[in-house]
Amino acid sequence: MAMPAAQPAAPAAGPAAPGGLAGHLDGFVRAIRDAGIPVGISQAVDAAEILTVVDLLDREQLRHGLAAVLLQRGNQRQIYDTLFDLWWPLGDRPAAVDADGDTDGSEAVTLDAPDGEGELDPAQRLREELARLLAEGDEEELARFARRAVALLGQTAPSPSGQSWFSYRVMRALSPDSLVSSLLEGLLAGGERGGMAEQVARGEIRERLKSFKDAVDTEVRRRQADERGRDRIAKSAVKPLADQMDFLRAQQGDLAELRRMVAPLARRLAVRLSARRRMGREGRLDFRKTVRASLGTGGVPVVTHHRPRKIHKPELVVLCDISGSVAGFSHFTLMLTQALREHFSGVRAFAFVDSTDEVTRFFSPGADVADAVRRIGREADVVAFEGHSDYGNALEVFADRWPTVVGPKTSLMVLGDGRTNYRPPGLPVLADLVQRSRSAHWLNPEPRRLWGSGDSAALKYAEVVDMVECRNAAQLADFVTTL
Amino acid sequence: MPRPPTQLPQFSSVSDVAKRLSAAGYLTDKQIATTVFLADRLGKPLLVEGPAGTGKTELAKALAAATDAELIRLQCYEGLDEARALYEWNYKKQLLRIQASQASADGADWHSVHDDIFGEEFLLSRPLLTAIRRTEPTVLLIDETDKADVEVEGLLLEVLSDFQVTIPELGTVVATRRPTVVLTSNATRELSEALKRRCLYLSLDYPSAEREREIVLSRVPDLAPGLAEQLVRTIRALRALELKKSPSISETLDWAQTLLELGLDTLDETAIGETLGVVLKHASDQERAAAELRLN
Repeated sequence: MAMPAAQPAAPAAGPAAPGGLAGHLDGFVRAIRDAGIPVGISQAVDAAEILTVVDLLDREQLRHGLAAVLLQRGNQRQIYDTLFDLWWPLGDRPAAVDADGDTDGSEAVTLDAPDGEGELDPAQRLREELARLLAEGDEEELARFARRAVALLGQTAPSPSGQSWFSYRVMRALSPDSLVSSLLEGLLAGGERGGMAEQVARGEIRERLKSFKDAVDTEVRRRQADERGRDRIAKSAVKPLADQMDFLRAQQGDLAELRRMVAPLARRLAVRLSARRRMGREGRLDFRKTVRASLGTGGVPVVTHHRPRKIHKPELVVLCDISGSVAGFSHFTLMLTQALREHFSGVRAFAFVDSTDEVTRFFSPGADVADAVRRIGREADVVAFEGHSDYGNALEVFADRWPTVVGPKTSLMVLGDGRTNYRPPGLPVLADLVQRSRSAHWLNPEPRRLWGSGDSAALKYAEVVDMVECRNAAQLADFVTTL
Repeated sequence: MPRPPTQLPQFSSVSDVAKRLSAAGYLTDKQIATTVFLADRLGKPLLVEGPAGTGKTELAKALAAATDAELIRLQCYEGLDEARALYEWNYKKQLLRIQASQASADGADWHSVHDDIFGEEFLLSRPLLTAIRRTEPTVLLIDETDKADVEVEGLLLEVLSDFQVTIPELGTVVATRRPTVVLTSNATRELSEALKRRCLYLSLDYPSAEREREIVLSRVPDLAPGLAEQLVRTIRALRALELKKSPSISETLDWAQTLLELGLDTLDETAIGETLGVVLKHASDQERAAAELRLN
C-alpha cells in the first residue's frame, strides 16, 4: 500500500500509488480509522467526491476539504493533521523551492562552504537564522526552515539498517530554548522588564517555539516514513484522543486537555439530572389561567394550563479518594465536582485518604480548581495516620461524623480504586449508606480485569454497590448518559 | 434516494469565496473558504462548531450577504418542537371560522368548511417550511443546534436530506430551490452521527494572530495598527491562560471599540486594568489574569 519510498516528491496526490489516487485515499482513510476516529462508508465516499472538486495542486485546500467530510469533532484535528502530513507530504526538496522563493541568500547555509564570514559552523549559522525567524514570527518561513534544519542536522550516521532521523538532534544543535532571553529583548524593544508586556511576550515566544518544534517533528516523521514505511510511523505518531486517555496515566500536560472536557460533561450531567425533573406528568390544572386563555378561542378551552410541579432538587454527595495512587483520577473528579457545584446547590463533596473530611467549602462557585486541590491537600483533615488509603476507616468516619448527609433524596457517588492496603474494607458501612441513599454508584479508574487483584477490594464493594469502570473521559460520559 | 433539487453553484473557486465573503465584511482563512466552497459545490449543509463568539453566526450572515440571499434563522432552544420549527395550524383562526359558519344562516356545509380551514390561509409557516417554500435565494441558519432536543435532530434530518416537508392535510411541499443551510453548534452536547454525516464539518477556533489583527482593523478601522497589534497579542496571552471563558473575537472587537472610545493610545497595565471587564466576564478570571500578567 505504501508509496515507493523514493517518490515522496510527487505533488500532493502522488499518481505513483498502486490503486491510484482512490487507493491512496483509501489508505489514508483507514489510517484515520486506526487512529480511533470513526469514519463511515458514506464519509469515505464523500471524501472521494471532494477529490474531484478541490484543486489538487493546492495542498491546504485538500487538507481542509478532506477534513470537512472526515472529521466530526474539533479535537480530532490534531491527529488528522499529523496523518495528513504523512500521507500527503510536501515535496522532498525544500532547498530547491527555497532557491526559487527565498531571496535572502539562506541557501548559502546549505550549499556553500563558509566564505570568509568567519569560522562559524553550520549549526551556529542556522541558530542565528532561527533566532531571526523566531523574532519575526512568520509561520511558513519557520516551517520551511525546520525542514532544512532537519535535513542538515537531524540525521544519524548511515548504518546498514538505513538512515534514521531524530528531532532531538536538531533541537540539541539549535537549542532554541536558549534563545528566549535574546528574543525577549527584541520583542520588548527596550521596554522595561517584569511587567505585563514581558508576560505577553513570553507567551508569544513559547507559542513560536512550539510551532517550530512541531514543524521539526512533522518533518522528522515524514523522513522516517520514507525510510521505514508510513504505516509504522503513523501508529507511533498518533497520541490517543483526549477522551480516551487513561486517567491514571494522565500527564501534567494532559490535565489541561482533560479540564477542558469537564465543563461540557458537567453541564450534560446537570441537564440529565434536571431533565428528570422536567419530564413526566404536568402539575395540577390551573383553572383560572385555562379560562383566561379560552377567551382567545371564543370560550372554548383549547389549551389547558397547568401549575408547575414542585421542583425536586437533586442532592449529590461525592465521596472521593484523593490518595496518591489515584491522583490523576481524583484531580479530574474534583474538577467535575467543582463544575457540578456551579449547576447545583445541593452538591456536597467529601475527600478521604485514611480519614474523611468535607471539602465542599473549597469549591465555592468561581473558585479555581487547581487552587482548591492544593488547599485540600493542605487544610483538609483527610489523613489520620500515615497517608495510605484506608477505605474502612474513611467510610466509618464519614458515616459517623455526617450521619444525616445521605438520605432518601441523595445520590451517592464514590470515586476510588478500592485498594485498601489489605485493611478491612468496611463493607457493612458502605452497604448501609447505599441502602439509605436514593441511588449509589462507584466509579473505579482501574480496568475491570484488575479489580480484586492484590489489595483491591473492588469486587467485594461491587457486591453492595453498582461499580462502574471509568478509566477515561469517554467512559465517564457514557456513565453520565445512563444515569 | 431522489437527489434534492439541484442548484447552480454560487461560487466559482475558493478564492472567489474568500473575496466575496470579505466584501461582505467577513475575513476568512483557508479552512473556512475551502469548506464553504465545498458546501456550495456539493450542496451539503454546513455544520459550524466552535466556542461562543468565534463568528459562527456571522459566517451565515456574511454568506447571505455575499450571495444576495435572504437569511432565515431558526434559533434552537430546549423544548423547540415541530410547531415552532416547521409549521403550525392557526387553530384560533380555524375555530373562529367554524363559529362564523355556524352563526351565518346560510350554513355552509361541513365539507367546504373542512377544506377551507386546512388551507393556506390557516397555515402558520415556521422557519424550516418558509425556507423550503421560498423561490428566491435563501440561507437557512439553524443556530445553536446543540441546544435543541434530540427529537429535533430527527426532524432536521428529514428536512435537510430531501428538502421536503409533508403536511398531512395539504400534501408534500418540495423545495423548488434548495436553500444554503448553515447549522451552528457550541458543542455543549454531541450531535447525532446521522446529522453530522450529512453535513460538512467546520470547526471554528480562535483565529491566528494575523487574521485576528485584520478582523480588528476591518471592523474598527479607526484603531491605530500598532494598538491593534498590541491588543491581539494581549488577547492571545489571555487565551493561553486557563480561564473559564476565554475571550472570543467579539470580545476582542468590544475591547478595541472601548479603547477607541476612551481615547487610549497604548495598552499598558493601567489601561488593561481599567478595561479588563470588557473581555473577561468572570471575577475569578479577572483575578487570575491580573495575577498571571502581573497587572498590579
